[in-house]
Amino acid sequence: MYGSLMRLPGDFFADLSELQRQVEQLVGARGWPSSIRAVGRGAFPALNMGTTAEAVEIYAFAPGVDLGKLEVSIDKGLLTIAGERQSDVPDESDKLNVYARERFAGTFRRVMSLSDDVDSTRVDATYRNGVLRIVIPRREESKPRRIDVKDMG
Amino acid sequence: MDTKQEIARRETGVSEAAALVPPVDVIEDDAGITVTADLPGVTKDSLVMRVDGDTLTIEGQASLGESQTIEPVYAEVRAAHYKRSFTLSRELDTANIDAAIKDGVLKLHVPKLEQARPRRIEVKAG
Repeated sequence: MYGSLMRLPGDFFADLSELQRQVEQLVGARGWPSSIRAVGRGAFPALNMGTTAEAVEIYAFAPGVDLGKLEVSIDKGLLTIAGERQSDVPDESDKLNVYARERFAGTFRRVMSLSDDVDSTRVDATYRNGVLRIVIPRREESKPRRIDVKDMG
Repeated sequence: MDTKQEIARRETGVSEAAALVPPVDVIEDDAGITVTADLPGVTKDSLVMRVDGDTLTIEGQASLGESQTIEPVYAEVRAAHYKRSFTLSRELDTANIDAAIKDGVLKLHVPKLEQARPRRIEVKAG
């Protein structure tokens, strides 16, 4: 009976066990190890990383951060994004009611490991509309290259 | 076997594009309610705010300026669209909402109607 229950599309138990599997995978509980630097959901700033043929691009979603309090550094293949964001919410008082305080406030530090084929001396970092975009070009010799085959026959 | 989304799309004709829920700070003082929302990548032009009856909806499309040929390797943010709605109460003046967005942070202020502001009542000796 339970076997057929598990196979119903969109049923409650299948969704729940799928959710549990994903959470376990995220924290490295079930055999597949997660990166030792991976953080659970909710870390500030959230990070996305993508690659092109020429470079590696990293996006940090950090709105409202004062550039003077933001520090981006690379050391031995580790990219560190650290800084501080002030809270806009004044302390609760007689004149004020705070209903929600979901936005992150305080110091943050996130670390990502970079692959060996990037040239960390030519990093370009820009901050626009609250998104920090870091572009690290690949080393010349690691770029995809076409090799000509000479005809010896 | 259809997925839940495919069945929903067929039955309602609407596809539920994934939208991120932006975190907000909400405070209320005598002048009204101030909402601060994190909308990284959203500009004044891609921000949409709607008041529908007593519901305020904030929506924004994020643009990151990424290269055309980019391939994702690691993504904690998997959508480029933010959406969040709030129900407002009747003493709020929804016609005079004041909003500004800077560095991806939206700050909006909904004032209270004049007659709803706290007023001191004089007690006369009788």
